[in-house]
Amino acid sequence: MDAPTRRQFILGAAAAAGGLAIGFSARAAAPAAGADTKAPSPFQAYLTIAPDGTVTVLSSQFDMGQGSYHGVATLVVEELGADWSQVRVQGASSNTKLYGNIAWGGTAQGTGGSTSMATSFERYRRAGAAARQMLAVAAAEAWNVPAGEITVAKGRITHASGKSAGFGDMAAAAAKQPVPENVTLKSPDQWTEIGSDNNRRHDTAAKTDGTHPYTIDVKLPGMLTAVMIHPPKFGAVVKSFDAAKAKAMPGVVDVVAVPRGIAVVADHMWAALKGRDAVTVTWDQSKAETRGTDQLMDEFSKLAAGKPKAMAAERGDAAKAMAGAAKVVEAEYRFPYLAHAAMEPLNAVARMNADGTLEVWSGHQIPDLYQFMISKTAGIEPAKVRLHVMKTGGGFGRRGTPDAEVIVEAVSVAKAIGFKAPVKVQWTRENDMRGGRYRPAYVHRMKAGLDSAGNIVAWEHHIVGQSIVDGTPFQGMIQNGIDPTSVEGASNLPYAVPNLSVGLTTVRTGVPVLWWRSVGSTHTAYATETFLDEVAKQAGKDPLAIRLELLKDHPRHVGVLKLAAEKAGWGHKLAAGRTMGLAVHESFSSYSAHVVEISIADGVPRVHRVVAAVDCGTAINPDVVRAQAEGCIGMGFGAILAEQVTLTGGAVDQGNYDSYTPLRIDAMPAVEVHIVPSTEPPTGVGEPALPPIGPAVGNAVFAATGKMHRVLPMVKS
Amino acid sequence: MTKLNINGVDHDVDAPGDMPLLWAIRDLVGLTGTKFGCGQALCGACTVHLDGEPVRACQTFVDDAKGAKITTIEGLSGRVTEAVRSAWTALDVPQCGYCQSGQVMAAVALLTENPKPTDADIDESMAGNLCRCATYHRIRAGIHEAARRLGA
Repeated sequence: MDAPTRRQFILGAAAAAGGLAIGFSARAAAPAAGADTKAPSPFQAYLTIAPDGTVTVLSSQFDMGQGSYHGVATLVVEELGADWSQVRVQGASSNTKLYGNIAWGGTAQGTGGSTSMATSFERYRRAGAAARQMLAVAAAEAWNVPAGEITVAKGRITHASGKSAGFGDMAAAAAKQPVPENVTLKSPDQWTEIGSDNNRRHDTAAKTDGTHPYTIDVKLPGMLTAVMIHPPKFGAVVKSFDAAKAKAMPGVVDVVAVPRGIAVVADHMWAALKGRDAVTVTWDQSKAETRGTDQLMDEFSKLAAGKPKAMAAERGDAAKAMAGAAKVVEAEYRFPYLAHAAMEPLNAVARMNADGTLEVWSGHQIPDLYQFMISKTAGIEPAKVRLHVMKTGGGFGRRGTPDAEVIVEAVSVAKAIGFKAPVKVQWTRENDMRGGRYRPAYVHRMKAGLDSAGNIVAWEHHIVGQSIVDGTPFQGMIQNGIDPTSVEGASNLPYAVPNLSVGLTTVRTGVPVLWWRSVGSTHTAYATETFLDEVAKQAGKDPLAIRLELLKDHPRHVGVLKLAAEKAGWGHKLAAGRTMGLAVHESFSSYSAHVVEISIADGVPRVHRVVAAVDCGTAINPDVVRAQAEGCIGMGFGAILAEQVTLTGGAVDQGNYDSYTPLRIDAMPAVEVHIVPSTEPPTGVGEPALPPIGPAVGNAVFAATGKMHRVLPMVKS
Repeated sequence: MTKLNINGVDHDVDAPGDMPLLWAIRDLVGLTGTKFGCGQALCGACTVHLDGEPVRACQTFVDDAKGAKITTIEGLSGRVTEAVRSAWTALDVPQCGYCQSGQVMAAVALLTENPKPTDADIDESMAGNLCRCATYHRIRAGIHEAARRLGA
């Protein structure tokens, strides 16, 4: 998601409907009112040291597989002087002042927009440095030597006299030391952990022997498992239901109505699933979305041919320049709804304790918001809510729902059975696939005017689709009718086009939408980068040459583009049947360019090789940068190749991985990733390598066939 | 009561014959390394070995598993397993890791049959195991690395 400014965020919260908005805005505003600038103790906020020396880093950033825990741990270890093997990472929550995302103005804790390293870079290095200093002072006092003579490295505290202690020996005394007001951080040339591949991820071993715990694995004494029956169409609600048969089945404990549907509560998953088959529900579909995607896309297309409702960017006079152009190129692009389809279907566990505290285990991607939603649903004070931040089996944006969705569902079900037992709500794959919250569908209309020398003199771009933040606590991000998540990557087109207009027409439908890995750039990069290749062909220019010509003021775009082109051998002779394509894109302040080499068999592109270049500023964990680029490439290629959610009469057609078809290993290209050396502050890598892969493949197909795929996906299953 | 032999241990489970082995393993026996991804044998996250052969536990039923030796990720052991795990760790193959129990089960089965698989062999035998993080590039590299370690 984009970074709302503090002001936008609070305004947005206030503007959204219901008690959530007011409560959330009040909460978000609290840190500013407090105006407490004193540094918190690292031992109360960001790490704990156990008597055995184990360092547990408390991460504000949620890990859905992208490696944020690895990054945060690296920052702490660099300054703390811990040994990598003594470190663990655990999710933290429920303190906006400590954990608020600095890239979002500190107004709320959350993970998104590839901001985890940006928000953590100073905070967690400072925590590590302060803790190291406090350990040193504690040891100095114990040994009666000057603190300046103490060395803290590789998990040991030592003095030249031969005295030596582990972190655990000094932890209690260190925690009592005054928190240093100023700490000196290492300079980059002193780094041994940041920028190195020395440290392997702490969670890999547990992810290869089955011991890594996910929410689905949470098991509590007496816990019940619930499966959901959701409306067959978005916006339908329960009119009545008959659960008599289900309730008589072995293992079924109860069947309850909750705001989002019917829950079948049972001793275990199979009993719940069997029970679910026996429930009959009558739905009130009077307010349901009944349009299919064919109809929606045609409606969007008609709007795209007209005038935009709001302008996102204007430069010069595009209409006038277009009218005077020697040649005009036009194209319409259609992008389908996309499902996140993470491997772990959505789930959450809720337990009410005797002392009135309510514990909730789930993928808490926006914990402050979820804490508030849980308290509101359960009717308890937010302070009584305890969040267990679980690492999830994927996310890609899907665990960051503004209404807390499955989490609220788990609390609602637990409440509906009188909180008599802990409840796990576990969605099936079909619940997940048909549960909405898709990457919105969009239609883009693009038009470029060329002068007689082939220079682009005018560029018009009109985007039509749903807003992701409309009606959510993030609504304040909408300014002057523009949801930045709809136009990012298009409104900030880096190319030196003298006359430009980028417009947006936001439509509302009943289909719930959400941020999907790289958000607006999932479609704007494809539209702009493939359209540019179409224009380049009309202008008789090489795709690399036209970009370099138009990117004179954008050195970081040029940097990744040149690096990828050079490593891939752009322009070299290829084997028969092979073509290359390239694309470059900035998202979330990171830059990525990919060059692909493909062939086509039976009309389907086969990508043999991808050469990727990434500029994310300081690369804290280069191997994580490479891993994220590889994953972005596989996911992004799979999406443009064969992923789409379609609706017929308002009902989602896809239910499982037979009809919604992410990339499999047999279509995965070989990938090599090159990282641009940089001393800039770190930006993100969870998303930015995704946007350029689609258009790079599209452009390679265009080079092979002369036909651009303007309606995605390329292959309809 | 049905007797299931899982990882060399007999378990008496109160399961109807049509209960998917997946839920018997996870919810009745309490071994949670085997993951639920699709319930339709489409993603491979629930891969276990039945008498050494990889099967999808979500579409294998308790009745089918009676009398068989069931191996889950928790019970996987031996030279090939160690090679796969050490290669996976050296290369940091997993991202979210949710599919990786199934990937490891499938990779061990592949390397047990074919100690030097080509990319094409890997693609063919691993195509049933979905990874939404798309760690496929490293899964291929991990299998080659495990093969190298086994040959050494």
